[in-house]
Amino acid sequence: MAGNVSTLAYVAKHRQRRSLGDPRWMRFTLIGAALLFAGLFLVVPLAAVFTEALRKGWGAYFAAFADKDAQAAIRLTFLAAGIAVPLNLVFGLAASWAIAKFDFRGKSLLISLIELPFAISPVISGLVYVLLFGAQGWLGHYLAAEHPLFPWLQQWLIARDLHIIFAVPGIVLATIFVTFPFVARELIPLMQAQGKDEELAALTLGATGWQTFRRVTLPNVKWGLFYGVVLCNARAMGEFGAVSVVSGHIRGETNTIPLHVEILYNEYNTQAAFAVASLLTLLALVTLVLKNLVEWRHRRALEAAAASDIRQFAT
Amino acid sequence: MKLKTLSFALLSLLTAALASAKTIELLNVSYDPTRELYVDFNKAFAAHWKAKTGDDLTVKQSHGGSGKQARSVIDGLQADVVTLALSADVDALNAQAKLIPPDWQKRLPENSAPYTSTIVLLVRKGNPKGIKDWSDLAKPGIAVITPNPKTSGGARWNYLAAWGYALKQPGGNEEKAKQFVSAIFKNVPVLDSGARGSTTTFTEREIGDVLITWENEAFLALKAIEHGSDRFEIVVPSLSILAEPTVSVVDKVVKKKGTEAVAKAYLEYLYSDEGQEIAGKNFYRPRNAAVAAKYAGVFPKLQLLTIDADFGGWTKAQKTHFADGGVFDQIYLAK
Repeated sequence: MAGNVSTLAYVAKHRQRRSLGDPRWMRFTLIGAALLFAGLFLVVPLAAVFTEALRKGWGAYFAAFADKDAQAAIRLTFLAAGIAVPLNLVFGLAASWAIAKFDFRGKSLLISLIELPFAISPVISGLVYVLLFGAQGWLGHYLAAEHPLFPWLQQWLIARDLHIIFAVPGIVLATIFVTFPFVARELIPLMQAQGKDEELAALTLGATGWQTFRRVTLPNVKWGLFYGVVLCNARAMGEFGAVSVVSGHIRGETNTIPLHVEILYNEYNTQAAFAVASLLTLLALVTLVLKNLVEWRHRRALEAAAASDIRQFAT
Repeated sequence: MKLKTLSFALLSLLTAALASAKTIELLNVSYDPTRELYVDFNKAFAAHWKAKTGDDLTVKQSHGGSGKQARSVIDGLQADVVTLALSADVDALNAQAKLIPPDWQKRLPENSAPYTSTIVLLVRKGNPKGIKDWSDLAKPGIAVITPNPKTSGGARWNYLAAWGYALKQPGGNEEKAKQFVSAIFKNVPVLDSGARGSTTTFTEREIGDVLITWENEAFLALKAIEHGSDRFEIVVPSLSILAEPTVSVVDKVVKKKGTEAVAKAYLEYLYSDEGQEIAGKNFYRPRNAAVAAKYAGVFPKLQLLTIDADFGGWTKAQKTHFADGGVFDQIYLAK
């Protein structure tokens, strides 16, 4: 009797597995299609970048970076990312903390505002700065006004001869704008899922607000934060559209790496264009590795936390 | 501690960026195909200026579609000099922002156009579609590459050359010219914003049967692109237009920056023997008769219309054809 039951169970189990699973040919076709797709759209272009970059050998490859304008472009890209990423780290952390841990009016409006740069075409983001700070824009009109609102401010601005668009500040501003949502988008769902119980516990145990933030909130989100920063940095260095609009394309002065790649390509210097592009590709690969590393660490941390919870519960 | 080092590093990066901006230099804002010309010319002029005054000079370059570049200067790009594709774009600096005086074109010889060029056709090697003249571009099934006349100066010369060809045909009139040009634009699959963009569309992306472009751009494509002369050939049409790229100092900028003298000398040097020689080497037609004679073998002889005699000047042509709601908009929006 018992034997019969177990046989029945065995048959049922296998039937179930077969009916749940897809036929073998279908599985192979699906996997094959997915691999083909990934190969065509990811691996082949990636390989193409490096083969084209190295077509004339390592000497020509490094010569592309020895060029004065290429170095200026690399410096400017690092400068823009070096300013945009820390600022967006602070903004993003503060914004997501406020949104996830507190209730206030206009919260969804704030979320929409943070996500705005995702919804707007980068070219429009660039044009906004031209309209604001261009010689024909608000700032330009203010500087040219005969009876300005604050004459001392106008005098001061004219004396400083500060240029925003077609200069480094414009490029930094445009980069900050397009990378604005990355950190916050990463942290808000994470913080919301974690809830505020731990913070409340810390507060009842007598911790100050700053202590709670530093000892409880921040450690809980550190991997999410790191992930957001990595993505933010990748975009800051790779941004083309918005930066192109405010750059003015002055070689050796206002060209970033992506703009320099375009110039080289337009000058029929394909090998050098791909050599410089390979730098951005390497950055993307590093980003990918870091991202996976972070996800792996994060999952391990979660598992460890769950395991210790179970142990505590058991004892 | 870490934060301190980081902010220190950032600060030094910032000061480095600000300090490098203070060195005296010229900015030449130019149109798309002049990249190679001005790389050569800037070197020559810097050496000339160093010998004359002892000062070190670097000339920075910015390139793009001529109309787009003019727009950037109007919006505040600090150009000491502009070297654009046609006088209408330089005129815009006066008309829209008062950056230069209205009589700017009289300040330098030859209407401020130190070199000229014309518009030719570039086809794939062996001319598989048998393109010989403008009339072939209007035939169905021919893909024509040209940039957008709204943003590119070269594209406006292209357009007017085709228009002029239709006018000069037996029985040609404005209505027929409009039909002819709109038939050509029906054959255009992509409009890039500048001449160089169109050239790479035709040569690197291999789109289209024929590229309408500057003579200098066509010659450069044969020379600079790998195996260019094995892959493409130039077709000289029966008639084209005398293209006069114009140059000007941007008065408002040089007065503020104190670079007036060197900016003026820079443009005047374009007319010198060395300047004309460099233009000829880069496939621009020199103005100087002696230098032009030297390069006579390079440039094909063909009948050339002029913007002043055949189109009533750039102000009129710009208004009729390329202003909002002008003939080009009527043609292209009806497409």
